[in-house]
Amino acid sequence: MNWLLAHFDTLRESLVRLARQPFATGLNVIVIGIALSLPVGFYLGIDNLQAFSRQLSSDPQVSIFMAMDAGAADIAAVERRLRSHPEVGRVDFIARDQALARLKRSAGLADVLADLERNPLPDAFVVTARSNDPSTLEALRDQAGRWPKVEHVQLDAEWARRLDAALGVGRLLVTLLAALLALALVAVTFNTIRLQILTRRDEIEVSKLIGATNPFIRRPFLYLGSLQGLAGGCAAWLIVTLALVVLNVQLAELTTLYGTAFKLQPLDAADSLLLLGFSAALGWLGAWLSVSRHLWQIEPR
Amino acid sequence: MTQSRQPGNDAQGSRMISVSHISKRYPGGYEALRDVTFSVEPGEMVFITGHSGAGKSTLLKMIAAIEMPSSGGVIINGQNVSAMKSGAIPYLRRNFGLIFQDHKLLFDRSVFENVALPLAITGFPRGEIARRTRAALDKVGLLGREKARPITLSGGEQQRLCIARAIVNRPAILLADEPTGNLDAAYAEEIIGMFKSFNQVGVTVVIATHDQALIGRLGPRILHLDHGTLAA
Repeated sequence: MNWLLAHFDTLRESLVRLARQPFATGLNVIVIGIALSLPVGFYLGIDNLQAFSRQLSSDPQVSIFMAMDAGAADIAAVERRLRSHPEVGRVDFIARDQALARLKRSAGLADVLADLERNPLPDAFVVTARSNDPSTLEALRDQAGRWPKVEHVQLDAEWARRLDAALGVGRLLVTLLAALLALALVAVTFNTIRLQILTRRDEIEVSKLIGATNPFIRRPFLYLGSLQGLAGGCAAWLIVTLALVVLNVQLAELTTLYGTAFKLQPLDAADSLLLLGFSAALGWLGAWLSVSRHLWQIEPR
Repeated sequence: MTQSRQPGNDAQGSRMISVSHISKRYPGGYEALRDVTFSVEPGEMVFITGHSGAGKSTLLKMIAAIEMPSSGGVIINGQNVSAMKSGAIPYLRRNFGLIFQDHKLLFDRSVFENVALPLAITGFPRGEIARRTRAALDKVGLLGREKARPITLSGGEQQRLCIARAIVNRPAILLADEPTGNLDAAYAEEIIGMFKSFNQVGVTVVIATHDQALIGRLGPRILHLDHGTLAA
């Protein structure tokens, strides 16, 4: 109980100490906040894009386009093969006239299409595979590509998969960026605590002389570092969340133009807590390094 | 002095402070203490005298484990200080009430907070800290000044503040380095009176001073240091 009270007292004291120098504290918090908001912001962007691309790439559709000179018998042969294929679930045949009619309806291209002398679209099958496994889909694509009078086979989700892979690289870059900026946070805290230790030199010396243990002397500095890190984490959260609100307003205009509804999702509760915990822990680490580095230099004489 | 040649002697156990054959050489060759041996019984009051530079402060610092001897050993209440791990030294120091020549008060804290510091370090609950701090301030006559900053106190009051901080933890041993250093005779008398009263309730007191007049009136046990060696 005493132990808990002592920690509570230290916490209160550290808050008072931070509040007593609002300018210095504020600047530090802003520096940490900006440093953290960069990787967090990028992470969030990638996360959103990845969720979007996953949603698209999870669609196990394969389009099979027939050659323009394919006859009814060829089409029937391909359909038969598809229907008996173990990996194929649903098969929809879209005749070329039907496709043209659909295109005229959907994209407002009626005028352009009306000028065409003949239908440029081929007959096509839209096949939904039973599994979403990329290698199965690719095998199906290669197989169907070799059938007679099949002009082209396309995995509809392929570009989404490529995007997903590219985002994996982006994720790695964000991790590297985060590691670098985490180092910056540790450095900022290290320096703040170093200055604190220097200004409280007398107090440390006297405390040592009257029997303070190293953990006792270290404690307020560790609290200070953690609190500063935590405040920086809060600042980063605010920066990212506000930026997201602004971006979503702009994005809403853009996506209505394209007829889709895409909205950037903010940090969820778990990620937010992770950010705050991480920043506090890094602050603690910076303070710990600083105290360990400087405390032994202050020995009473 | 009836010190033993063997530090492991049984009689050592009952002694409060046992210093055996300590020497202190500083880098550069200066020898502050040379083969000093003495012991202090529990509840004794001892004065260490000598000219300035004779090694009085160095000797006190070795007893409080602030400095370590180059050779020889110090045993406090049965604990061998030289063999102690650095982690144990804070706990050893809690046995002492230290009064420094340069006061070592914290000027950014109030009188109350200065005196409360040793209790906070020991980990007393807040109510107990307040109670004991006020009791200590009362003993040195500073109860009315608890909210004051040390800088606003006179030299004598600052010295009394140091004493309050030294006794607040109810230490077994009081070590004072020139406690009457810059004080006039009346103030010095008063301060020494306080040490005497602490000694009467069983506290072991070791005072380093060059103030011969002060000692003459008391007639206590005296250890005289001369250029780092103990004169009989």
